[in-house]
Amino acid sequence: MINGVGRDIPEKIAGIKNVAPYVDPFSNVPVGQITGPKIVANKPRSEKVLQSIEQAIDAAGLKDGMTISFHHHFRNGDYVLNMVIAAIARKGIKGLTLAPSSLNTINEEIIPYIEQGVITAVETSGARGKLGQLLTSGKLSKPTIIRSHGGRARAIECGELHIDIAFIGAPACDTYGNINGVEGKSACGSLGYAMVDAAYADKVVAITDHLVPYPLFPISIPQTQVDYIVQVESIGDPKGIASGALRISKDPRELLIAQYAATAIEYSGYFKQDYSIQLGSGGASLAAARFLKEKMKKQGITASFGLGGVTAPFIEMLEEGLIKAVYDVQDFDIPSIESIKKNRNHQEMSASFYANPHNRGPIVNQLDVVILSATEVDVDFNVNVITDSNGVIMGAVGGHQDTAAGAALSIVVAPLLRGRLPMVMDQVHTVCTPGATVDIIVTERGVAVNPQRKDLIKNLKAANLPMMDIEELRDLAYEFAGKPDPIQVSDKIAAVVEYRDGTLIDVIRTPL
Amino acid sequence: MLQIIEPSQAGTVESNDILIILTPVSADKGIHVELTSPVLKKYGRQINNVIQEVLREQGIDAVHVSANDRGALDCTIRARMMTAIDRAAAKEVLG
Amino acid sequence: MKLRRTMMFVPGNNPGMLINAGIYGADTIIFDLEDSVALSEKDAARHLVYNAMKSIRYSCEVAVRINHISTPFGYKDLETILAVKPDLIRLPKAETAADIEEIDELITAAEIKHGFRPGSINMMAAIETAKGIRNAYDIAAASPRMVAIAIGGEDYLADLQTSRTKDGKEFFAGRGQLILAAREAGIHAIDTVFGDVNNEEDFIAETTRIKEMGFDGKSVVNPRQINIVHEIYAPTEKEIDHAQRVIAAYEESLARKSGVVSLNGKMIDIPVVKRAQRTLAYANAVGKNERGTTL
Repeated sequence: MINGVGRDIPEKIAGIKNVAPYVDPFSNVPVGQITGPKIVANKPRSEKVLQSIEQAIDAAGLKDGMTISFHHHFRNGDYVLNMVIAAIARKGIKGLTLAPSSLNTINEEIIPYIEQGVITAVETSGARGKLGQLLTSGKLSKPTIIRSHGGRARAIECGELHIDIAFIGAPACDTYGNINGVEGKSACGSLGYAMVDAAYADKVVAITDHLVPYPLFPISIPQTQVDYIVQVESIGDPKGIASGALRISKDPRELLIAQYAATAIEYSGYFKQDYSIQLGSGGASLAAARFLKEKMKKQGITASFGLGGVTAPFIEMLEEGLIKAVYDVQDFDIPSIESIKKNRNHQEMSASFYANPHNRGPIVNQLDVVILSATEVDVDFNVNVITDSNGVIMGAVGGHQDTAAGAALSIVVAPLLRGRLPMVMDQVHTVCTPGATVDIIVTERGVAVNPQRKDLIKNLKAANLPMMDIEELRDLAYEFAGKPDPIQVSDKIAAVVEYRDGTLIDVIRTPL
Repeated sequence: MLQIIEPSQAGTVESNDILIILTPVSADKGIHVELTSPVLKKYGRQINNVIQEVLREQGIDAVHVSANDRGALDCTIRARMMTAIDRAAAKEVLG
Repeated sequence: MKLRRTMMFVPGNNPGMLINAGIYGADTIIFDLEDSVALSEKDAARHLVYNAMKSIRYSCEVAVRINHISTPFGYKDLETILAVKPDLIRLPKAETAADIEEIDELITAAEIKHGFRPGSINMMAAIETAKGIRNAYDIAAASPRMVAIAIGGEDYLADLQTSRTKDGKEFFAGRGQLILAAREAGIHAIDTVFGDVNNEEDFIAETTRIKEMGFDGKSVVNPRQINIVHEIYAPTEKEIDHAQRVIAAYEESLARKSGVVSLNGKMIDIPVVKRAQRTLAYANAVGKNERGTTL
């Protein structure tokens, strides 16, 4: 079947239950009821704190073939996922589905357990390095399911992704299971992704290196959702969890792209008092914050809210009163973690509140402007953020699909060439975000507006930007680099990429 | 016809560049190109073509080329090849 | 009207920088074969600049700074680079008109050899010594190819036996002589580089100073300096408005076939018209709608 972005999706894919091809961003209407965890009771004065991860695995009743989940707020400093999988392997349990909110390079440690069959399927937002290579190799018994952050929240709430046991790294946890992310030596800030797992998993195990007497305050994940608690020496490496303040780039090319992006926003028609914005954590996106800030100050404009994965430049704008409130699903650096701890206008939110398309309204629906990055963009404005130039998984969909669909204006920033690789091409290797939801592509050599957006084409005429058709951008990229040879792939489907509504937007075949 | 008479190199392993190392071989060995590149799948064929083309233009028909590519464009590959050939004390050989 | 507010040096042996040199909005990019290239890499830079110019379309003026012809590299640089028709050859350390005349002849020969239109390759010279400053006019007027003279920085200060100060008194005499020579010869005067890229404050002060002295532009070493210079050279709303009215009056007088230009009842001299044209050229270059923030 050819889907709504022109990709050939097989009618049946071994290991994938419901294969529904993507049609368009909003036509898929959900049916049925929201699911929920098993009902349990907890008697007064019962003990939730257990002695070891092994004991928690037993108490939670982990069996062959179940689905377990983790959050990725500890980013590349995460110890929890590796430590729990190692414990599970020691118990001889096999055939598990691993469904973390995402995977980082540090999780490469679990590769032997995948090879030994402890884990036989993976559902994630993405993966990098050797883990990405393994997931692309097609060696797992089922194709990996790639979902956006909003898509994962949706899948959990509707029951498509049923989590038997959620293991939650808890930077601070009291003896009755109240959790927050802002205290303790492994503080990570928001626990937005873990909130959904805690609310819907049949069993929830908190793993902490900062166990405090009851009660903990503030509470991000409440005691009513947590079954067991295990204290360990360390749940993460603070250096990998959060960097120092993410610095704005000095790379002139990134600055140029950022300046074009900020100018595009200024002239788009959305740059008004109380507009709202999300910035990515990439170099050009962060640098755009600096230029936007100058424009906001100059024109006396303030934003109603800022959204997303949060970084220091955003926090500066919050503290200077340029943004009224920040809604936070994840933090990237120490200033952001400090801010969510002390600033009442810095609000933690769940992945469902952030981006789930099938609830009564995620905050992305209220978003005016988002700046996103891309690995590849094609002449239909489709974006790839998951596979590299060799067709191997090396990134994550994250909130890309969700914010592109929700925001009134979605801007993709990327250099036209990375080394020799063109960023704008005839066809991206993997479609992650459909072109129907992408409005402007900003490169250092030209800015292209989606032809559907006649309003933007008109508004940007006054902006003195190097406007081009997307085809011109592609031709320019090919003029430098030459037309790339296509990546040869086998018939083996190693992964499927879900659109946020649960339909399949693309499949990733193992490269030859 | 040119002959590569001593080993030479040109370029760097910084991004957007290519490091070319030429090693002389006996005339009957012909041309051998050993290419490493992060963009091998998409551009390996084209990089190889450029290297062969420069050798042909210079009339070199026996050499070992080691090319360590870091995303160089064709113009850079040509420049590095030309520099390496110059440096190989390439001598005009009659006949 | 050709503007040379910013002439950006680009190290000739760096492929990444050569490829992207044209995107930052500099009025001129100067591919450097001289000071930024190690002695052992002169050949590599020459091949690289040649091949980059041959295959990449740059939308701004492209200059090449060659090594001095007294070095073993100068002639080879010219021979290679002239084949790809640079807009401009920049000579380092010009001291006499004879330096210019010698290169002029080589360029003329190359234009014939490659079938380029005679006189299509321009020249500029950097003056980096006291002797050169004394001969500045002769250098500027030595060839019709000459479009600019520039004052060089560190070498010049070494020759003067002084060093950089915050307010630039050490350059005062040289800059003064250079601008007079350039104006007499009817070509551009370009100021030296300001190397401390992170010192924005002093860079702004120096650029403002040289603009006020009459310089047409400045050599820059980093793309981040380009916007700053262009902002300083951008005319104000009031200046643009006045210039537009002067030009309107001038055009009207042309239409009336009248030799007298008047605005609000006052006579306007032709130099005032020329200045208005210059103001509008600067205004256009920064884009009238995005003044101050445009790239």
